[in-house]
Amino acid sequence: MKPIIAMKGIVKHFPGVHALADVSFGLLPGEVHALMGENGAGKSTLMKILAGIYSKNGGQILIDGQAVEIGSPREAQDLGVNIIHQELSLMNDLTVAQNIFIGREPRFSFGRLDEAALNRKTAEIFKSMNLSLDPRTIVGTLPIAKQQMVEIAKALSFNSRVLIMDEPTAALNNAEIEELFIIIRRLKSERVGIIYISHKMDELKRIADRVTVMRDGQYVGTVSAAETPVSEIISMMVGRALTDAAVVVPELGDAPVALEARGLSREREIRDVSFSVKRGEILGFAGLMGAGRTEVARAVFGADPLDSGEIHVHGKLCPIRSPGDAVRAGIGYLSEDRKHFGLATGMNVRSNIAMASLDRFISTIGALDEAGMRQAAQRYIDQLTIRTPSDTQEVRLLSGGNQQKVVIAKWLLRDCDILIFDEPTRGIDVGAKSEIYKLLHSLAEQGKAIIVISSELPEVLRLSHRIAVMCEGRLTGILPGGAGTSQEEIMHLATLRESVTQPLGAA
Amino acid sequence: MSTAEAAPPPGIAARLFSSGAHQKLLAFASLIALLIGFTLASPNFMQMSNIIAILQATSVNGVLAIGVTLVIITGGIDLSVGTLMTFCSVIAGVVLTYWGLPLPVGIVAAIAAGTLCGLASGTFVAKMKIPPFIATLGMMLMLKGLSLVISGTRPIYFNDTPGFTDISRGSIVETIIPGLPIPNGVLILFIVAIATSYILGRTILGRYTFALGSNEEAVRLSGVNTDAWKMAIYALAGGICGIAGLLIASRLNSAQPALGLGYELEAIAAVVIGGTSLAGGRGTIMGTLIGALIMSVLTNGLRILSVEQEWQTVVTGAIIILAVYADMLRKRRTS
Repeated sequence: MKPIIAMKGIVKHFPGVHALADVSFGLLPGEVHALMGENGAGKSTLMKILAGIYSKNGGQILIDGQAVEIGSPREAQDLGVNIIHQELSLMNDLTVAQNIFIGREPRFSFGRLDEAALNRKTAEIFKSMNLSLDPRTIVGTLPIAKQQMVEIAKALSFNSRVLIMDEPTAALNNAEIEELFIIIRRLKSERVGIIYISHKMDELKRIADRVTVMRDGQYVGTVSAAETPVSEIISMMVGRALTDAAVVVPELGDAPVALEARGLSREREIRDVSFSVKRGEILGFAGLMGAGRTEVARAVFGADPLDSGEIHVHGKLCPIRSPGDAVRAGIGYLSEDRKHFGLATGMNVRSNIAMASLDRFISTIGALDEAGMRQAAQRYIDQLTIRTPSDTQEVRLLSGGNQQKVVIAKWLLRDCDILIFDEPTRGIDVGAKSEIYKLLHSLAEQGKAIIVISSELPEVLRLSHRIAVMCEGRLTGILPGGAGTSQEEIMHLATLRESVTQPLGAA
Repeated sequence: MSTAEAAPPPGIAARLFSSGAHQKLLAFASLIALLIGFTLASPNFMQMSNIIAILQATSVNGVLAIGVTLVIITGGIDLSVGTLMTFCSVIAGVVLTYWGLPLPVGIVAAIAAGTLCGLASGTFVAKMKIPPFIATLGMMLMLKGLSLVISGTRPIYFNDTPGFTDISRGSIVETIIPGLPIPNGVLILFIVAIATSYILGRTILGRYTFALGSNEEAVRLSGVNTDAWKMAIYALAGGICGIAGLLIASRLNSAQPALGLGYELEAIAAVVIGGTSLAGGRGTIMGTLIGALIMSVLTNGLRILSVEQEWQTVVTGAIIILAVYADMLRKRRTS
């Protein structure tokens, strides 16, 4: 069978980063080809090149054996290549139909819109998808799962020959995933080639024909989905057998509890969540996107109000109503989005480290004590080995791993002994990751209580002394850390839905 | 999904109570309340002549506000509309008075000048990626200076162009319906409003106006030439400023080159009172029209009640803050 797509020796540089090096990928008509790899492995970058969003720095793309240059999303669409993005790219203020046909609106003369035809065509697509949704609904009013289906409908409306799905099921419930698989199988029978990016092993086993694995921007290999055991795919992804990286769980039998949450609830996001973390312990939070892990962290930190529940810090009931309360109680929160919430990237290392403790560096006349701040900053630069030319370097010029260390230093200086890390290694390259892991372990050894939220299962397994797993706002179980726990056990709990699941759109 | 219920079709009721309609309703109710209040407070308020005066006073700000509405829905801002209006009236003065060309040429020249300047602002924003605030601030100053340079800092009168004052002050309506002396300026305001409403609601340009303000990156990834459309929107807004330039010149029978600064803020105020989101993606011409009317009803009513002009300005400022606060409260409740 002749491939529709052949990508050969693709190279992509971003400033300072070698994002893709000599990556090859092929797609046959009527095939579901899964693309796998850890976050940051380069899957999305490769697909954005195919979809005309990024330009490549080297290599060749063949479509039906012909070399092509794909310079824009429009050119990709004209070649029959469409992508469903991981982050929803919809216009919230427009209707469903207006979103699906953006850029291709049916029109009369003089640029007048044929709204009736627009809605009729959309209704036809929905009918073929077995989706009941009014084309005139404003997208912003729909739940995420429905918005995801709108994205899929949009891609289908192009009569694609190649459809790229970047984590399409991340926000879907089981019934919706079934519907998606029916659509995928129908497309297969119509000889559409589908590139499927997902982290969910069970899905790949069910839907994919072949699996290509990438790691650190490089091609690792392509194997048959049916004949290759999951463990082998995972070891291709992480570059080692997973159990090798397992954590040594310390004996914490009589260590005092640093933080205890009892019956936390907030709207539909957090439902009766209770957990505790001891001094010197790393508690990992695993779960799928939207499981409510970040919501729990934000609630504990006082960033979002709780409907009910209690938080005890060092054995005492501690009412936390604002981040200020949490910081005074010694809780530090390291957001998954460092640039937005964790750092003033335009300011220097010294100012950032001192940011949460400025009241300590004020002289009697109210001026800031720069010398004191420099000393403190230098102490943490040494202690955490932050690689920076000096404490006056602007933070935006540091690498992701070193930026993360600056945030950690900020909370350590503030005497926080309970640290919540939300996706601590997002956007950090692999070398720096293991350094962050070491740092977290040494913080735990010093008696800090640490909560780590991570979407990467290998990371959760590598870091956590215990693993709390969430699904749809509920805590579905707490597993022991270390070699005894497998990804499959975590995934089982992460997809453990309530027996009577409300369909997302009906409420 | 077949498992979920279909959303009910957005009927009349749903549209009335959708977020945009809600704010319009609020603005409309405020306008009615103001009208009733002033009518009760002064017998002179609800006179035909006074209502006509209010409408006439709304025409220039209303047309400008409609132009700005387009830009604001894309998520941008246009600070240059006031001085652009003046620039266009100066251009009309040059063409008609200095060069002595016929009236239609002057009208076309003014609107074309506005469109070109709008296109320039659009190019700064879309192609050169200058933030709209800065790009149109620069444009505002350049146009203010150019108006003074071209006119030699003196007003240009239109005494030699018969019929020029009729653009704003004449009344075609009265010649058709005697006893209804609605000035042409007001008629033009309504025509501009209806035409722009149509463009926003029914044409591709309107669709991309909302889409750009809603999620520009998503539009771009859909293969739409976002830069070109954005430039087109700024150009259309500029052309509408040209119409405002003709209206004000006609009303004053002169192009006043020193005028114009401050008009942009009044226009933006009308847009905001009318419920258009400064974040982009949402807004209506009807709302803007109501917003502009609220501002001129306030000015007029307070004057009739002999409130000093200084205090009128204070009240207008307070109304803007109240209007946006009411909108925020509503949003917080619904989210």
